[in-house]
Amino acid sequence: MVELAIRNARTAEAPADPLEVPALTPGAMADSKPYPASAEHQEKIGFPGELVEDWKERAIDKLGDLVGKSRGLRVYLDSCVKCGACTDKCHYFLGSGDPKNMPVARQDLLRSVYRRYFTFSGKYFPKLVGATDLTEEVLDDWYSYFHQCSQCRRCSVYCPYGIDTAEISMAAREILDTVGRGQKYCNEIIGKVQTIGNNLGLQEKALRATLEDLEEDLEDETGLEIKLPLNVKGADILLVTPSADFFAEPHVDGLLGYAKVFHQMGESWTISSYASEAANFGMFIGSYENMRELALRIRKAAEELGVKRIIFGECGHAWRAAYAFLNTLAGPFDFLDQHYPIPQHICEYTYDLIEKDALTFDKSKNDHIRLTYHDSCNVARGSRMGDTPGGQFEIPRAILRAVCNHYFDMPADTIKEATLCCGGGGGLLTDELMDIRRKGAQPRMRALQQVADEHGVTHLAAICAICKTQFAKLLPEHGFEMDSIVSIHQLVSNAIVLDGQISDDDDDDEDDEDDEDDEDDEDGDA
Amino acid sequence: MLTITYALLFYLATLVLIVGVAHRIWQFARTPAPLKIPTAPAPVTQGGVVLRLLREAVLFESLFKANKWIWLFGWVFHFGLLLVLLRHLRYFTDPVWSWVVLIQPFGVYAGFAMVVGLAGLWARRLLVPRIRYISGPSDHLMLALLLAIGLSGLGMKYVFPTDIVALKAFVLGLMYFDWQPLPPDPILLLHLGLVALLMIVFPISKLVHAPGLFFSPGRNQVDNPRERRHLAPWAAKLETGGRS
Repeated sequence: MVELAIRNARTAEAPADPLEVPALTPGAMADSKPYPASAEHQEKIGFPGELVEDWKERAIDKLGDLVGKSRGLRVYLDSCVKCGACTDKCHYFLGSGDPKNMPVARQDLLRSVYRRYFTFSGKYFPKLVGATDLTEEVLDDWYSYFHQCSQCRRCSVYCPYGIDTAEISMAAREILDTVGRGQKYCNEIIGKVQTIGNNLGLQEKALRATLEDLEEDLEDETGLEIKLPLNVKGADILLVTPSADFFAEPHVDGLLGYAKVFHQMGESWTISSYASEAANFGMFIGSYENMRELALRIRKAAEELGVKRIIFGECGHAWRAAYAFLNTLAGPFDFLDQHYPIPQHICEYTYDLIEKDALTFDKSKNDHIRLTYHDSCNVARGSRMGDTPGGQFEIPRAILRAVCNHYFDMPADTIKEATLCCGGGGGLLTDELMDIRRKGAQPRMRALQQVADEHGVTHLAAICAICKTQFAKLLPEHGFEMDSIVSIHQLVSNAIVLDGQISDDDDDDEDDEDDEDDEDDEDGDA
Repeated sequence: MLTITYALLFYLATLVLIVGVAHRIWQFARTPAPLKIPTAPAPVTQGGVVLRLLREAVLFESLFKANKWIWLFGWVFHFGLLLVLLRHLRYFTDPVWSWVVLIQPFGVYAGFAMVVGLAGLWARRLLVPRIRYISGPSDHLMLALLLAIGLSGLGMKYVFPTDIVALKAFVLGLMYFDWQPLPPDPILLLHLGLVALLMIVFPISKLVHAPGLFFSPGRNQVDNPRERRHLAPWAAKLETGGRS
């Protein structure tokens, strides 16, 4: 049947090249702007409530301050030769054709001001080197186009000097915040984490109730008492996961997967309500201080609960902030067990168990799925898993292959280090930016269509809360089911064989939320 | 008068080049990198980083991944230029070092390669709309300057030969502060004048991408943030003063 579907798809016209370069359409996205942060949200995280009177001086001072504090920013602003290598690498450019979404042009919005005020050539020959005065129009352009960058770093892979537009857009957002032009989505969320502990503003009581409900679901499904412990002092493992894992689909199915693996291994683990958020939106706005503040919550939770290890759930920018920055921001973690990576990714944890043959899977449980994997951008280009470079590509795939019989990669120039952003990363996952999100997702959707046509792929696994939300929203527009986006640990959850679990094959009347399992009537060859 | 002007010009240009580039490097070096941001997958050892930088500097690895045409023209230009520069050492050494003698025949072809590479890059800048969009006046002028240097050099080699023995005496005279007359050929004066100009604009233009590569955190950092705590001095101050 699948064969037939594939053949049918092939007779249709050839799918578009995922990376097809559009014609330039200047100004196409000039009107895309996120909602501004309110005075309350701004002030709560240390920024002025509205555009300050002396914004121009303050912005220039801040730029100078940042250039002096960050070698990357200085080198990146100084070194670009306008070779053009990056011009066709940004998914937002590929989707919109707006030339200011070409990475170098986006950088130039800030670079031209840097040149004007901080370089010899820009001070004395501004026209010649494209240096511009900082004006209100420039500030508007910054607000618009630095919120059309998901800080995915795809361009930096291709730059001969490694110029990273993410660093430049973070700096620009920090300058905007400093003069009182912050973005609502990010700044409101940072404030919520600082007072409540997670992006959603989920209080301890509500979180506890949610986890208890999920425990009941797990018991209905498996007949086992699988716990989702909260604030358990003396537990071995602190799980820090994106708060979307507590309620959003398909995120929550991933959380159930972590719980099943921990249960099967008899681990003592806990979630903390104080640090119930893996994501660190301080990174999106380039604010070291805010990023540090959020990271310190995780340290404090680990100390107070007396855990030995910290494990992070599936989340993209969160894993970058955890893997690459946590030790810097909130270390040293000398009070944790040094035999394990600090922090560790849930995929590293599960992969180690698979390597040791400590888990049993019934892969046929995923036979209704023909799967591909979207390398989430910040995991791919901003982090690592395991001991060797590229482990962040191989470990998730190894897990997927261990739990699923039908796995196919998307085209090579759209995965691993060349992976495309989902279109919603870097603080853009907000409704008023839907247009640019939709356009930014196009290259990935075309790549997915290609494997759907060639291999009958039905599902897309991702490892990031943002990717999952973004794809759940956009896949239906491209002819896929909303639930064709899946968590890695959701597939683990489907396939894992737990000691003492009731078999759902014998229990046809049992109908729980995990109804995907019920479609399993064909035998797999696992 | 001509000799004195050019002699002074070259002392000035050399001074600007050395002091300017040293200043840039010092600026890059003293600015702290607050976070670990190597573009992953990244080497996990210092040796791996050295290899990564070597591949970038010698093979233009990332550019190769990005765009084969830019890579081809860019690489041909840069390595043409390198050979041409090495070949020019014969004007600075007496007797000429033997390996410089050895590369002499290649150095001549390299002059053509350099010009071809530059022409290709300029053509892309003019013909590809994306690259035309991002090009400013200085980007075109820089290519014009380099191209004019290359063409005037080839012109002397093949069309209007100059007195290279006298030229060498002039150059050696500059080095040993024993000035000798410069042959007054217009094309030579043009060539040398443009080279001096290039040396002067080098540190204040995008040409600093050369040292920039080696200071780029995306390329020069070891990927070991979990194993070793990385902390910038200004960030360390937050820890003593800040909350924790």
